[in-house]
Amino acid sequence: MSTSALLTLDGLTKAYPGVVANDKVSFVIGTGEVHALLGENGAGKSTLVKMIYGLVKPDSGQMTLRGQPYEPAEPRQARADGIAMVFQHFSLFDALNVAENIALGMETPPPMRDLAARIRDVSEAYGLPLDPYRTVGALSAGERQRVEIIRCLLQDPKLLIMDEPTSVLTPQEVEILFQTLRKLKSEGTSILYISHKLEEIRALCDQATILRLGRNVGACIPAETSARDMAELMVGTALKTPERSDRTFGAVALAITDLSVPAPSAFGTALRGLQLSVRRGEILGVGGVAGNGQDELLSVLSGEVTTARDAVMFDGQPIGHMGPTARRALGVLTAPEERLGHAAAPDMSLTENALLTGSVREGLETRGFLKWGVARSFAETIIKAFDVRTPGPENAARSLSGGNLQKFVIGREVLQRPEVLVVNQPTWGVDAAAAAAIRQALLDLAAGGAAVICISQDLDELMEISDNFAALNEGTLSVPRPTAALTVEEIGLMMGGAHGMEVAHV
Amino acid sequence: MDLSAINPVLLIASLMVAATPLLLAAIGELVVEKSGVLNLGVEGMMITGAIAGFAAAVESGSPLAGFVVAAVAGAALSLLFAALTQVALANQVASGLALTLFGLGLSALLGQRYVGVKPPQMGRIDIPVLSDLPVVGPILFAHDVILYFGIALTGAVWAVLKFTRAGLVLRAVGENHEAAHALGYKVVRIRTLAILFGGACAGMGGAYISLIRVPQWTEGMTAGIGWIALALVVFASWKPWRALLGAYLFGGVTVVQLNLQAAGVAIPVEYLAMSPYLITILVLVILSADKSSAPASLGRSFHASR
Repeated sequence: MSTSALLTLDGLTKAYPGVVANDKVSFVIGTGEVHALLGENGAGKSTLVKMIYGLVKPDSGQMTLRGQPYEPAEPRQARADGIAMVFQHFSLFDALNVAENIALGMETPPPMRDLAARIRDVSEAYGLPLDPYRTVGALSAGERQRVEIIRCLLQDPKLLIMDEPTSVLTPQEVEILFQTLRKLKSEGTSILYISHKLEEIRALCDQATILRLGRNVGACIPAETSARDMAELMVGTALKTPERSDRTFGAVALAITDLSVPAPSAFGTALRGLQLSVRRGEILGVGGVAGNGQDELLSVLSGEVTTARDAVMFDGQPIGHMGPTARRALGVLTAPEERLGHAAAPDMSLTENALLTGSVREGLETRGFLKWGVARSFAETIIKAFDVRTPGPENAARSLSGGNLQKFVIGREVLQRPEVLVVNQPTWGVDAAAAAAIRQALLDLAAGGAAVICISQDLDELMEISDNFAALNEGTLSVPRPTAALTVEEIGLMMGGAHGMEVAHV
Repeated sequence: MDLSAINPVLLIASLMVAATPLLLAAIGELVVEKSGVLNLGVEGMMITGAIAGFAAAVESGSPLAGFVVAAVAGAALSLLFAALTQVALANQVASGLALTLFGLGLSALLGQRYVGVKPPQMGRIDIPVLSDLPVVGPILFAHDVILYFGIALTGAVWAVLKFTRAGLVLRAVGENHEAAHALGYKVVRIRTLAILFGGACAGMGGAYISLIRVPQWTEGMTAGIGWIALALVVFASWKPWRALLGAYLFGGVTVVQLNLQAAGVAIPVEYLAMSPYLITILVLVILSADKSSAPASLGRSFHASR
């Protein structure tokens, strides 16, 4: 399928103070090839694509594009050479409309009216319908991604770089995206596809390059390699899969009956007619695409948003009116998704962060005075038990990498012996080994008789640990069903199907 | 009390004069904030422009040269702010406050020689026929050139922000500087240019007070107009024409209350004196009840990290 080389990377090296992000990375992307770039967080994938896209200058090494030396000084030049990029964290402007956002990514945009017509044409040709005059802030995650993709397609790219494109999509939307990508491939466009979802890579990609700690540690043909082998290449060691022990479910620990909450802000989601119950020893998985009410559900459970007394019941006792501290005293603990700013205070030390949620249950204060010694040893316990890599508890939360801070945040709640634990995206941005450790901790917690609600967008994770699965879609929660009996198709439909996308008209 | 002494034609003509310094400063700050920078130093740049323009006009004998120098002086002071916030990544609020204090002190020092001096007069534009029209003539066609410049600038800023690519890029930088950087736009350069534009506008606004509205030099003569301009930008929801409306409203109420004071209305002077502030803010708060909100990156420092 790949006839000639489109882009050749040769010995690319980039060092930052204290860390070598890329160390002599070389590989070849063929014309019309879908090339996967695999690696853990911090393996250097982002730095590498930033060099290709002209955002970062390599310290040494060469790139060759279509036989010519290629040294993009800035993204503008990369775009002129036919390289386009869809970013992991969407590079969109909420307050501007779709057409304006797309015009910003083009060198010489046509007048707005022509541009809007072209957006309509291209978006329909590739099965990604979009209204050019809608404000981006009001779009769903899947629709935002369409804006990014169409922005790239309008430039007629020769190489399309996609950084973790499917993390915000339902399975049906992923399938449609893949059809779009296959159509592009058949037209001769090369795609550099970054992901750590191995099954997707096996379904889509022709070639894969695997990075670990900035080095190219291997290449493979994904269709002929098992997901497990690729994962072990990424991690460098054999993977430990979390073990489920047989658990018996006890009495209902937490129940929500017929709860509706208005949207907290203009871009938030209203919760409608929520029904939910979780028993002791059970892990309830809540799936759904981001922005369908996950944050709102968490704040109702944590007590950040209070409701009618009877709407939320803990062990048969109404707690809907209680704030977070009162709920913590009872044993209803939560770990929110946003690590910096919601789950942890970025500029405070780990000891202080341990105090912030642990003071009630761990007795870290007396009559308003803080017990620093006990707090510090509590923080040290968390660091030790969850293998948090940090010089010590006096370091600021901000100084930890995302995965390490996530381990700290989850560990802080798990070690407070919760009766009910609610976690949102517990392994977001965490590498495979740490993710396995966190999942194991949640399983152990449930085995010890606690009720766990795990809100996540990672379906594999929910399939792995949850006993029952329910999906959030536009603020309503589906009826929970046993996870073991579910297929991916059924889960996709529970998550709301394809959200109005359609298959590319080839 | 003698209300008949108030001449409505002169009143409207003079409210436009009273509003122009505020309008100039507000339009400049609007552009700065649209690019995502909060410069609280407007008052300091205005007063610096006021004394620099005054001195230049007195020394050269040309009021227009005074305005040019005032714009340069305002921009030069804002360059200090740009260096602090865009290069050294200092806190924008603190830097802006420091700029105001610095400007007030610097202008007092520079102005010592100019207290009591009379500046050269700015000529009024005299358009044959039009200026001689009754009522409309004195209101619309008998002002100085800077006043028209202020209105034209409002229209130009509106059109640039709405219709041109430069305006789109400026808004994009203010909305999400990381995304703009990822697309290859020079965030720091664009913001620095916006800050310079804001400084030049504030400097001209200050010179308008010392050369045309008053016209003389006294210490601290901008008397909080820079702060009103800052509030005006927010309450005008970052929309140029609304800023113009707010400035004219403020100017109008100021002129009316001065006339009422002169006519001896039986309202305590303190209430009259505070009325322009109250009424302007009240009206703009009601107007700003729509959905439009601040640029999302307003006041946040940008550093192109890895």
